[in-house]
Amino acid sequence: MLQGWVVVLASFLYLGVLFGIAWYADRRADQGRSLIANPVVYALSLGVYCTTWTFYGSVGRAAANGIGFLPIYLGPTLLFALAGFILYRMIRVAKANRITSIADFVASRYGKSQLLGGLVTVIAVVGVIPYIALQLKAVSNSFTILSNYPEIVMPAAAGAVPLFQDSALYVAMILAAFTILFGTRHLDATERHEGMVAAIAVESIVKLVAFLAVGAFVVWGLHGGVADIFARAAEVPEVARRLTRADTSASYGSWGTLVFLSLFAALLLPRQFQIAVVENVDVKHLNRAVWMFPLYLFLINLFVLPVALAGLLHFPAGTVDADTFVLTLPMAHQQEGLALFVFIGGLSAATGMVIVETIALSTMVCNDLVMPLLLRLRWLGLAEKADLSGLLLEIRRWAIAIILGLGYLYFRVAGEAYALVSIGLISFAAVAQFAPVVIGGLFWKGGTRDGALAGLAAGFVLWAYTLLLPSFAKSGWLPEGFIAHGLFGIELLRPQHLFGLSGLDEITHCLVWSLLANLGAYIGVSLLRVPNAREARQASLFVGGTDLAGHTAWGGSAGVADLLPLAARFLGRERAEEAFLRHARSRGLKSVDELPGDARLANFAENLLAGAIGSASARAMVASVVSEEPLGLDEVMNILDEASQVRAYSRELEQKSQELTRATADLRQANERLRELDRMKDDFISTVTHELRTPLTSIRAFSEMLHEDPKTDLEQRTKFLGIIVSETVRLSRLINQILDMAKLESGRAEWTVSAIDVDEVIREAADSLTALYAEKRVALDLDGLHPGLTVMADRDRLMQVMVNLLSNALKFVPTDTGRVKVGAEGTASEVRVSVTDNGPGIHAADHEVIFDKFRQGSGGTDVLTDKPQGTGLGLPISRQIIEYFNGRLWVESAPGAGACFLFTLPRQASDNDAKQTQGGSQ
Amino acid sequence: MTHRVLIVDDEPNIVISLEYLLKKEGFAVHVATDGEAALAMAAELRPDLVLLDVMMPKKSGFEVCEALRANPDLPALKIIMLTAKGRDTEITKGLALGANAYVTKPFSTKDLVAQIKTLLA
Repeated sequence: MLQGWVVVLASFLYLGVLFGIAWYADRRADQGRSLIANPVVYALSLGVYCTTWTFYGSVGRAAANGIGFLPIYLGPTLLFALAGFILYRMIRVAKANRITSIADFVASRYGKSQLLGGLVTVIAVVGVIPYIALQLKAVSNSFTILSNYPEIVMPAAAGAVPLFQDSALYVAMILAAFTILFGTRHLDATERHEGMVAAIAVESIVKLVAFLAVGAFVVWGLHGGVADIFARAAEVPEVARRLTRADTSASYGSWGTLVFLSLFAALLLPRQFQIAVVENVDVKHLNRAVWMFPLYLFLINLFVLPVALAGLLHFPAGTVDADTFVLTLPMAHQQEGLALFVFIGGLSAATGMVIVETIALSTMVCNDLVMPLLLRLRWLGLAEKADLSGLLLEIRRWAIAIILGLGYLYFRVAGEAYALVSIGLISFAAVAQFAPVVIGGLFWKGGTRDGALAGLAAGFVLWAYTLLLPSFAKSGWLPEGFIAHGLFGIELLRPQHLFGLSGLDEITHCLVWSLLANLGAYIGVSLLRVPNAREARQASLFVGGTDLAGHTAWGGSAGVADLLPLAARFLGRERAEEAFLRHARSRGLKSVDELPGDARLANFAENLLAGAIGSASARAMVASVVSEEPLGLDEVMNILDEASQVRAYSRELEQKSQELTRATADLRQANERLRELDRMKDDFISTVTHELRTPLTSIRAFSEMLHEDPKTDLEQRTKFLGIIVSETVRLSRLINQILDMAKLESGRAEWTVSAIDVDEVIREAADSLTALYAEKRVALDLDGLHPGLTVMADRDRLMQVMVNLLSNALKFVPTDTGRVKVGAEGTASEVRVSVTDNGPGIHAADHEVIFDKFRQGSGGTDVLTDKPQGTGLGLPISRQIIEYFNGRLWVESAPGAGACFLFTLPRQASDNDAKQTQGGSQ
Repeated sequence: MTHRVLIVDDEPNIVISLEYLLKKEGFAVHVATDGEAALAMAAELRPDLVLLDVMMPKKSGFEVCEALRANPDLPALKIIMLTAKGRDTEITKGLALGANAYVTKPFSTKDLVAQIKTLLA
């Protein structure tokens, strides 16, 4: 009853059921009631790791190598059990940055480089194609074997069957069609496929149950339990050998290699990344998956050894391919139903792998390879096209078809040279090349785009040379001599003994060389320069935790009017509008039109697009409509580049904040100074008021008294009127000096500067005071004057200073015995004038006070007991004048020893005497 | 009985005017030109009233006022503060220190005499 059509019908029925499940899960997801949002589904969907390689190949491997099949599962077990934190971080980072694939992840990490994304895509496609070929081979072989029931016939060599009679071709076509239906029905901004995940989880159950069923049948149906099988195997030396030791000593080394390789494969294969990272609903699901997924691996391997041993015992050596024992053992015992179930289980393993792998690859091909190229080709006019969502889906459909086509081609070309497991390992070795850039990118901030490119390229080239090309050579598509004698016959370049390295199996050999070159180039080239600003920023997003994510440095902004149509072109109008509306609501706005055209909106749009076309392309598209502000991203980036690092930027910020703190302190100081000045101004006004009121008091009192008593006698009257007049004079002088002082202090005074003969000015000032000196009978001694001293100054102002000093001196010297001496002499650079009196002298504490406004040397000294005549402004004004001409005015005095007022002024260089003096004694 | 008035001021012309004014009104007038002299003369002469300038060398009018009020020998002494600084805080301060009145310069001679007479009545 197991005719071909029955098998085909059962297969289609099974695929139909899967499709139904997917469709139902998608509908539930649209209603917001996700079927897959639970950790069990997540763990089961991770079972996509187990392909036909596991389903059929493990037994084949066990038949050849005993427990040599095991390391492929120990790797993922170790990864999940011990290194879950790597996955945890990858998921967090990927979610925060809306990563859609492994290529997107690498591109995004190293500064959103389109080139890098493209390279990862190429490596992934080339590397994974043998793996897809493996699935085609397994399904087509199992179909051929099953359809020959009840006879057990091994299928012919892949290349030997005419193309259109080759069941593998039809398998490839059916899988392509099914994958297209599954994965590219519509474009989802989140790039998540709930339906697909649900179907994969179901497939994981089907293949596990099918394998367990075969195992149970073989162990308890055909034999008397596990012990019975092992006991019988031990009796046949040829079979027992599998249980005791590895084939060669190198096999022990291979164990390490395989554990290592499968560990990375479980993390980095496009489909594993898709399921474990991109399709992850909640990072918490990982907590359960870290033990559930290893448990799944344990269960599916539970019966591998018994089945392999039973197959070896049952079939004469060499008649039946060990890879088919799972299917042929039930067939040999006429278990039709079980055989069909096993076939469906194998189909599950194959379709699960092919669907997820090709969807992941098609996303990468579309987002990281084709779209960046198409968008660059201006003549296509894509950048202006209104709706690109159709085009995106079209690209992905073609990518799926082409990838499966290539898989089939590899199957035809190289499929016969290797067992299932060996083909898979070629792919594992290819994706292991991602390990340095991905793991390094998660933990080392120093990696640069150039380093990643160099590492990937070096690793990929060596992988192709040591593993991929030999697989072609073994199939006869390249000359045999290539393997035996090396490229161009150079022995050192023998692809599987590169540079004379021998004693390793081909996988280990490839890994040693490719990862050595890969790591070396990645680290070496990265260290050539410090990461630029964009790399450093992405590095801190990936390495330094995910909390910063989303704060893309958009220096400018674009409005809804630009961004919505942009998003609509890639996502379709309806979906774009929905997403924008959600965004608007999340910001508390009622409609899309209210959204402000700010950097946050640009970020949102970039993230939205990143889901559909990858982060690097999304950045380029948003950049095309975002109008950068004057201090735009580029300038900021330039500044950052010059400062080399974002860290430098934060240092700069720190500095800025310190400067701000300093500025604040300065401002506070200035404010205090202002307050101090304000208080001084109040004091000044109060003092001026006092000085004005004092003479006014006398004037008013005497005037009133004279006014009220007209009969005041003449003598009194004359005296009073004299006082009134002198107080009036005092008042006028005071007002004039206050105004003068104000002018000097505000810098509004007018100056007429010319070369002035100091001797002449002093004599003139003395002349004007002759009468007053004579009146008090005070001697004025001008003998100390030197003629011919010239200074640059205002003549009238200098006269004012001299008159002030001379009249001050006159005020303080005693009548009759008073004596005032004036001196003027020159040094090379300055002229020095002194006015010395024999008055009471000035206490040291008052030497500066007397130059303050309205301070005439009170302050508790005995010196100025009598209130002097004057305004208290003469000396401050004189000092202002002298200092204006870059001179100094001060007093030298001690109580009881007279006072000497001195001032200096810079000497005029052209003055004859100056030259004489310079050459002379001084 | 003739009331004794002590004028305390460092401005000669103001002293002259006050002296003339008060003598004409029939007071016995004495003059001190700084705070210390004022305290010494007040203790010795026991005046009925002191006309006290605020801004003076050696001891300000406020200090003198405080010292006079602290002297138990002069319980009935009247004090009028005279000042060219007319700020409210200073008036308050003077009155708080025990001055009977506070007159701002320049003053009206008529009002000053009236005030003195009121205080001595």
